Amino acid sequence: MENFLHNLLSKDNEVIVIFGFFVVAALAASFIQAITNDKRMARGEKIIELSYPDGPDGDYKIFSWPYLVRKEFLAVIMFITGLLVWGLITDAPLEEFANPNLTPNPSKAPWYFLGLQEMLVYFDPWIAGVVIPKVMVVGLMAIPYLDINPKGSGYYTLKERPFAIGTFMFGFIILWVSLITVGVFLRGPGWIIFMPWQEWDPHRVVAETNIDLTQYIGIDSKSLLGNIIGGLVFIGYFVVGVTVPYILLRKHPTVVKLGIIRYSIVAFLFVGMMGLPIKIFLKFTIHLKYIWVCGWKGIIFFNI
Amino acid sequence: MNELLRKIIEVLTLSQIWRSFFRRKHDGSKRSNVLAVVGNFFMHFHPIKIKRHAIAVRYTWCMGGFTFFMFLFLTLTGLLLMFYYHPNVRDAFWDVKDLKYNVAFGKILRNSHRWGAHLMVITVMIHMVRVFMTGSYKAPREFNWVLGVLLLLLTFLLSFTGYLLTWDQLGMWAITVGTNMARATPFIGHEGPFGEQLGMTAYNDIRFALLGGSMVGPNALIRAYIWHCVGIPLVVAFMAAVHFWRVRKDGFSGPL
Ligand code: HEM
Repeated sequence: MENFLHNLLSKDNEVIVIFGFFVVAALAASFIQAITNDKRMARGEKIIELSYPDGPDGDYKIFSWPYLVRKEFLAVIMFITGLLVWGLITDAPLEEFANPNLTPNPSKAPWYFLGLQEMLVYFDPWIAGVVIPKVMVVGLMAIPYLDINPKGSGYYTLKERPFAIGTFMFGFIILWVSLITVGVFLRGPGWIIFMPWQEWDPHRVVAETNIDLTQYIGIDSKSLLGNIIGGLVFIGYFVVGVTVPYILLRKHPTVVKLGIIRYSIVAFLFVGMMGLPIKIFLKFTIHLKYIWVCGWKGIIFFNI
Repeated sequence: MNELLRKIIEVLTLSQIWRSFFRRKHDGSKRSNVLAVVGNFFMHFHPIKIKRHAIAVRYTWCMGGFTFFMFLFLTLTGLLLMFYYHPNVRDAFWDVKDLKYNVAFGKILRNSHRWGAHLMVITVMIHMVRVFMTGSYKAPREFNWVLGVLLLLLTFLLSFTGYLLTWDQLGMWAITVGTNMARATPFIGHEGPFGEQLGMTAYNDIRFALLGGSMVGPNALIRAYIWHCVGIPLVVAFMAAVHFWRVRKDGFSGPL
């Protein structure tokens, strides 16, 4: 526990606590307003965004000066006060002079990259460090072109876009915020998970033998057969994940409107995203190392 | 008393000096409200009139505005920090120590720059959550969302490059861990697929280009310094300008 408190206040880690406050406040603000709006719409009432009284000139639009500018001014004063108080009560971290010969254990990337560093535990570096972040960025950029639901633009709602919000929130809360939290507070020496009440013991060794999927049925994962089975499972996961919902839902108005191309991209990104927690789960429960060990003379290697 | 105050304000705002500064008569009329925005360089990125719900704190949470304010604040404090900082491995660490112990107001300068940087990373993510939750990325604002994602990345990179500048164990190893990933890039990293076949080694791959060396050393420091203090801020300023222009042109989101 002492160790946890120490960790909480060392380095930049207090930032994560503040990040946590922001996340909770943001979730509360959006979900409370979304639920309120959904209830109001069900009763045929005006939603929050439409229920403000008209401005002083009897118009729904009001002058930026003074009504907006004064709020910005107040917000700036409040934020800067908070920031200066923070700067007065705690000092920015500064450790020992940089020493390339002394690797700290654990070595961590800046906190906002720890979700990605966590991926290194489950995937090869080029997948964890290069492919996953690139797919994330492209996927984020694609959101407006994939979400063609015209409803829910410019107001808080859940009922009108449950899938969009559910998916985004899953990614944000489970895959981004909580993996960062794990990386900052629970990953100790040797990149082993330490619970808050455990001491960070640099000599602790966790005897953990992870095995590849096909080894569970006694087939060498590097053999040709192992390769084929692994490949079938991996590719099959995507093929089934994309096609089965399509067959089941192809008459659904949303899927019809999406069209086959948009649908496939959405489904591919969704199934891929869900693959991450699945792999994490399997690693922790049945000590799965790789599903598919695919390599060819060290030129191509695709261990997943 | 009130009468006196009114008189003073009137004398002040009608004076030639005042009017030469602000280009308008300040009298609370509609005309004067309009001119306050369109007749002022710093105000004119606001619309003249704005939808009522758009200024509600519960709608935007002020997060985009705060991110921008943080960028301005960091530019200013960063500039002041540059006066005390030598970007070479001999001095960098001691300059930062000096800021803490010797420079007048150096401690609060450094603390607020660092905490502010973290805050900017936080608020840009929360701004994104807000834009998502209000569905503000939907047509015609798709492209502004794309620009936003780029701004998010640039904000991460700003913070990341700044991390190294203190030249302490924390910064050096965070950058080492972060850039190690680049080694595994396909084709252009020496440990990535096809890297070796394309002649990549630790001395010519993408990580070498980022660090100016095969490990985090003096060249990496000067590279981080230039990206952090000049390169990325210029790009962010440019893209933020386009971002704001698009908010104006696309119209602020709302149920109407
Ligand atoms: C340096 C980073 C950024 C700055 C300074 C910035 C600033 C702003 C500001 C001041 C606004 C006006 C409304 C508000 O405050 O919410 C805005 C709106 C917007 N931002 Fe950003 N932003 C940034 C990053 C992002 C990111 C990461 C995204 C999303 C991926 C994004 C997407 C948008 C969109 C779509 C709007 C229009 C919102 C509407 O009409 O309701 N921005 N931004």
